[in-house]
Amino acid sequence: MSSFFAQNKSVAWFLLALALFVLLVTVLAPATGTGFLSTSFVKTLGKTLCLMLVAVAMDVVWGYTGILSLGHMAFFGLGGYMIGMWLMYARTELIIAESLRAAPIPPTPEEIHDAIGQQIFGVVGSADFPWLWGFAHSFPLQLAMVVLVPGILALVFGWLAFRSRVTGVYLSILTQAMTLALSLYLFQNEAGLRGNNGLSGLQNLPGLDAVPQSTISIWFFWGSAAALGLGYLLFAWVVSGKMGSVIRGIRDNENRVRFLGYHVESYKLFIFTLTGIVSGLAGALYYPQAGIINPAEIAPIASIYLAVWVAIGGRGRLYGAALGAAVVSLLSSWFTGGGAPNVNLGVYTINWTDWWLVLLGLSFVAVTLLAPKGIGGIFDLFTRRHPVPERVGDFGPDMGAHRTVEGEEEK
Amino acid sequence: MKTLLEMSGVSVSFDGFKAINNLSFRIGEPELRAIIGPNGAGKTTFMDIITGKTRPDEGRVLWGEKSVSLLKMSESQIARSGVGRKFQKPTVFEAQTVRENLAMALKNKRGPFDVLFYNKTRAGAERIEEIAAEIGLSDQLGRVSGELSHGQKQWLEIGMLLAQDPRLLLVDEPAAGMTPAEREHTTDLLRRAAQKHAVVVVEHDMEFVRRLDCKVTVLCEGSVLAEGSLDHVTANQDVIDVYLGR
Repeated sequence: MSSFFAQNKSVAWFLLALALFVLLVTVLAPATGTGFLSTSFVKTLGKTLCLMLVAVAMDVVWGYTGILSLGHMAFFGLGGYMIGMWLMYARTELIIAESLRAAPIPPTPEEIHDAIGQQIFGVVGSADFPWLWGFAHSFPLQLAMVVLVPGILALVFGWLAFRSRVTGVYLSILTQAMTLALSLYLFQNEAGLRGNNGLSGLQNLPGLDAVPQSTISIWFFWGSAAALGLGYLLFAWVVSGKMGSVIRGIRDNENRVRFLGYHVESYKLFIFTLTGIVSGLAGALYYPQAGIINPAEIAPIASIYLAVWVAIGGRGRLYGAALGAAVVSLLSSWFTGGGAPNVNLGVYTINWTDWWLVLLGLSFVAVTLLAPKGIGGIFDLFTRRHPVPERVGDFGPDMGAHRTVEGEEEK
Repeated sequence: MKTLLEMSGVSVSFDGFKAINNLSFRIGEPELRAIIGPNGAGKTTFMDIITGKTRPDEGRVLWGEKSVSLLKMSESQIARSGVGRKFQKPTVFEAQTVRENLAMALKNKRGPFDVLFYNKTRAGAERIEEIAAEIGLSDQLGRVSGELSHGQKQWLEIGMLLAQDPRLLLVDEPAAGMTPAEREHTTDLLRRAAQKHAVVVVEHDMEFVRRLDCKVTVLCEGSVLAEGSLDHVTANQDVIDVYLGR
């Protein structure tokens, strides 16, 4: 283990920076410290940590393995839905039990169950629990769903796609289709997840009504930080050593890897599924902090944003992706949340809530063209002693090397 | 000498063009064989069929003692069962070091979980050192292979082939871009490998083929035109017409 950190110094630095950040936020948070930061800002920071985790997963899929998945936010959203089902069920159950306690005849379990259904699905004109909610009463089972549902979707989708050797832009389109289809399906009331209303009130943890949101926010912040730290460690381990060598080989020339005897499809499937599961876990931590999840969250654009974060942060290095997600998503909430002052040009006033996307688009183009290493590239200036050559490809035969023209005899 | 690979009646066409036409070929173990032929003779397609990259329209490709068909196996299965290939254009993983390239090729279990939980062993490291010494890249192990010269990349790829420890080595133009001294070293190496394994060398350079001193198969328009010693085939009038005489 010590040699792992010695060979991957950036991991130790990242974890140290994360620990210091957690300490700083804890000291400034309303529940545990001075209260310099507001509860909602602590939640924003906690959510940002979850986005950083999913960006790290995206970097493993895209930056290391070369699969430009534009569907990983579907797994993130599914994780959120899975935890949200339990949160809604358990909290509604408590409320119903409370209100029925005054009734002259104690309610039967069926009556409670029906009343919960009425409460949750009344908004979509239904009262029956769809089969989907079969495990929603149980926290451990629903927690297992957080892992299993995104994991199985990733496994099945990946198996179908990789087995047919779909690669490159076609695979990206396919992943977009997957996330779009899932989002459209969930928009339907019949899908059983409350259609476009989504699941709400997720910030209220069942049985913890007495605990103020300021305290819950710092709990989730800690939880998200721990998840990011562990996820980072996991992926750093996966991409180091021989596994990292093989998946980078697949990125650069998958046919060559095949002829070395590696079953490329299994490797892609392994990476795709593992990152899908971690994305689901990140989503399960994100949405209780966001408070609401609806199908718009897994619209195709969400996954494209994810790719943009990773590209701006710097592909092929985990800390780059994490930084990209943090910087872009925090800037995004600053610009769109009215934090950035409008710029009055006399004839026209730049209103950042409208112009932020344009700015983001321009920075994406600029980074792609001018600084392909992204934000993470800044660290190369003072850390890497052996930079990877910019140029790949043949340097041509040596001077003086013997060359013959095909079909001609030696002269 | 027992038969390692036998192809019979293999044909493949791309959009009506017959790249391989009723080709039959067999190689024993150990054996060294050179394949020559003009451009478009189907030399690369021939290797593509053996390695599973191209599926023939008809014919059989049988492998090993049990005569299993290679046509039903995926590229990676074929590689695992002992077919190693060196490409015409050196294809190494340029973003990775020489050591990483060799380690990836080293004969080991190839499953994702075997690789994930793989621990570096002393034996593996020694084997890498040994191969690096053989291919003259001992000082370059830590270098990113994209920085190597063309000739060094050729060597690295030959090293990767050796590291796989295959039973059949398919070597496409190993001498391209090498200095005369390096070419001599390559012939030595291939001949040594052919003492234990089956080696098929595709080469244009007659001088190189002559130094290999082995049986030669001449391919033309997707089938075998002549087979025998170099002197025998170069005396063949058909061969002179299509290939040497031009």
